[in-house]
Amino acid sequence: MAAKNILIAAALAFMTLFLVLPLIVVFSEALAAGVGTYFTALVDPNVAAAIGLTLLIAAIAVPSNLIFGIFASWCIAKFDFVGRNLLITLIDLPFSISPVIAGLLEVLLFGLNGLLGGWLSDHNIQIIFALPGMVLATIFVTFPFVAREVIPLAQEQGNDEEEAAVTLGANGLQIFFRISLPKLRWGLLYGVLLCNARAMGEFGAVSVVSGKIFGQTDTLSLAVESLYTSYEIQAAFAVASLLALLALVTLVLKAALEWRHRDELFATRRKKAA
Amino acid sequence: MSTEISVDGIYRHFGAHTVLDNVNLAVRPGELLALLGPSGSGKTTLLRLIAGLDNPDQGAIRFDQYNAIGRKPKERGVGFVFQHYALFRHMTVFENIAFSLRIRRAKKPEVQARVEELLKLIQLDTLADRYPAQLSGGQRQRVALARALATQPRVLLLDEPFGALDAVVRRDLRRWLRRLHEEMAITTLFVTHDQEEAFDLADRVVIMNGGRICQQGTPIEIYQTPSNAFVHEFLGESNKIPAFARDGVVQAQAGFALGRAAAEGELTAYIRPHYIVPATNPDGAWKIARIAATGAQARITVTFGDTVLESAMTADAMLAAGLQPDQNADIAITGGMLFDAQGNNPVKLLPTLATRALERVV
Repeated sequence: MAAKNILIAAALAFMTLFLVLPLIVVFSEALAAGVGTYFTALVDPNVAAAIGLTLLIAAIAVPSNLIFGIFASWCIAKFDFVGRNLLITLIDLPFSISPVIAGLLEVLLFGLNGLLGGWLSDHNIQIIFALPGMVLATIFVTFPFVAREVIPLAQEQGNDEEEAAVTLGANGLQIFFRISLPKLRWGLLYGVLLCNARAMGEFGAVSVVSGKIFGQTDTLSLAVESLYTSYEIQAAFAVASLLALLALVTLVLKAALEWRHRDELFATRRKKAA
Repeated sequence: MSTEISVDGIYRHFGAHTVLDNVNLAVRPGELLALLGPSGSGKTTLLRLIAGLDNPDQGAIRFDQYNAIGRKPKERGVGFVFQHYALFRHMTVFENIAFSLRIRRAKKPEVQARVEELLKLIQLDTLADRYPAQLSGGQRQRVALARALATQPRVLLLDEPFGALDAVVRRDLRRWLRRLHEEMAITTLFVTHDQEEAFDLADRVVIMNGGRICQQGTPIEIYQTPSNAFVHEFLGESNKIPAFARDGVVQAQAGFALGRAAAEGELTAYIRPHYIVPATNPDGAWKIARIAATGAQARITVTFGDTVLESAMTADAMLAAGLQPDQNADIAITGGMLFDAQGNNPVKLLPTLATRALERVV
C-alpha cells in the first residue's frame, strides 16, 4: 500500500515538474505585461504571417502523410511483397534521424550547390529558403506518425472483414470506404492529431531550410526563437503560448472524441482483449 | 427453386503444394451437405472456390448448369459465414445485417423491414444496437448468419460454423440451423472437422483427406460401410488388430478368433469399442484391466497377452454383467471392418457367437 502511494506521488511530482510547470510558465510569462500587450504581440503582421504559414504547412503536410499512411498500411497489411520489411523499417527513419540532419540533407539535395540545385535553378524552381522546402522538411519529419499508428492496427485486424464484404457484394471502392477505412479510423485519428501537433511545432528541420526571413519564411516555432533572441521576451512567450494552446486543444479534442464514441471504442477494445 | 452445384475435376495448387487434387462433387438442390475432414484436407479451400473467393487452377464449377468460374460471389448468389464470423467491428448488429442491402441501394423502409425480420429470425431483435464485441460467441454466429442471409442467397456456405463455441451453445445452434434449413430449403454446405457435428446436422456427408474426396453418402451409409481405413478411423475410435483370414474364418495374429468374413490373407481388423463385449468367466483367457465409468457410458480395457482392447458399453450393461477389474473374462466381437494392408478393400467382419480365445494357431 505504501509502495503504491509512493509510486503515485513520484509519478505526479515528475509530471508536475516536467509538464505542468512549464505550461504554467509559458502562459504566465506571456500574460506578464497584461492582456493588451499579449494580443498586440499576436496581431503583429509578422506574427500573423507566421501563423498563416504554419497553418499552410500543416494543411499540406498532414493530408500528405495521412494518404501515405493509409496506402502504406494497406500494402503492408494486405500484401506480402519483396521489400515489405524494408518499407516498415524505412518508415521509422525520420524518428531516428535528427531533424537538423534531415534539413541539411534537403539543402544538399535541392540547395543551389546541391545535387539537383543546378537543374532547379535553371527552371526557376526555388525549394530551399521557400515554402516547398519547409513543407518537404515537415512531411519528412512527421512521416511516421500516421503510418506507425495505422500499420499495426491494420495488420492485427487482418483481411477477414474485407472478404466478408466481398461475399456480401461490395466492390473495391465500397470495401475501402465502408470497411477498411472506418475500421482504422481511431488509429487514423490519433495519427493525424499527433502528426498535426508535430507539424505545427517542428523546429529543427524547418529552421535549416527556411532561411528565417521574418514575416515570410517564419513559422510559429521559428518566430518564438527569433523573437526571444531579439529580446522580445514577452512577444516570444505570447507566440509560444499559441503553440502550447494548440497542444491543449489537440488533447481536449482527442478526449472529447473518445468520450463521444465511448460505446464503440469500448466495444472494439474489448474485442481486442478477447 | 433451390440451386444445384456441380464441381468437376477441380485442382488447386498453392505453390508446390496441391491442396485440391481432382475433386468432383455434386450438391443436390436444397440439401444440407457437410464437408468433413482433418485440417489441411482442402475442405475450406473447396468451400472458398464454390463461394468465388478463390479460383481453381483447373476444373469447372457450375450453379444450375451456369458456369460460375470467374463470377463474383454476388453474381453467384452465395451467402458465406466465416469461421471467426468476420463481423464488421465498427458497425452495430443492425448495420452488419443491413450491409449487403445498402450496397445494393435498397430503399430505407425495405432495409428496415428485412433487417427486423432477420433479427427476429435469429432471436436478437433486442440487441440491434450492440456492437459485435458486446455479443457472446453464439450471438455473433447468429448475426453472421443473418448477415449472410440478408439478400436471400441461393446457396449458403458455412466455414466451421460452430468451431469456436462451447459444447452446449454448439448443440443448440446446430438444432436451430437444422430447423432454419428445413424452413428455407436453401442449398447449404458447411465445413467441419467434427464428425459428430457433420453426422448430426447433414443430409449427406463428404469426407475429404489430402485434397481428395474419400467418400460421400448419408451419415448411416458412411458409418456402416466406410470405403477405406482412413474414413473408418476418422469417424471414431477403433481397435486396430492385425489379422489373417483363411476359409472364411478371421483370426487375430495374436491368436484369438475375430469372426467370419468373405476375405483371404493378411488383413487389419478395425473394431469399434462397442463391438467388443466382455463377459466374466473364471476360465476366460482375457483379463479386465481397467473400468472407467463416465456417466452413462463405461469403458472397459481388456487384455490378452500383449493385446490390449478397448470396449465400451452403457454403465447399466456393465453393472448388469457384473464386470469387475482384475477378473478373467471372455469377449464377444459383434462386428467390425477388415481392410487390406493399403487400408482399402473393405470387408465386413461378421460375428461368431460368443468366442472363446483360441490357442495360437501356426
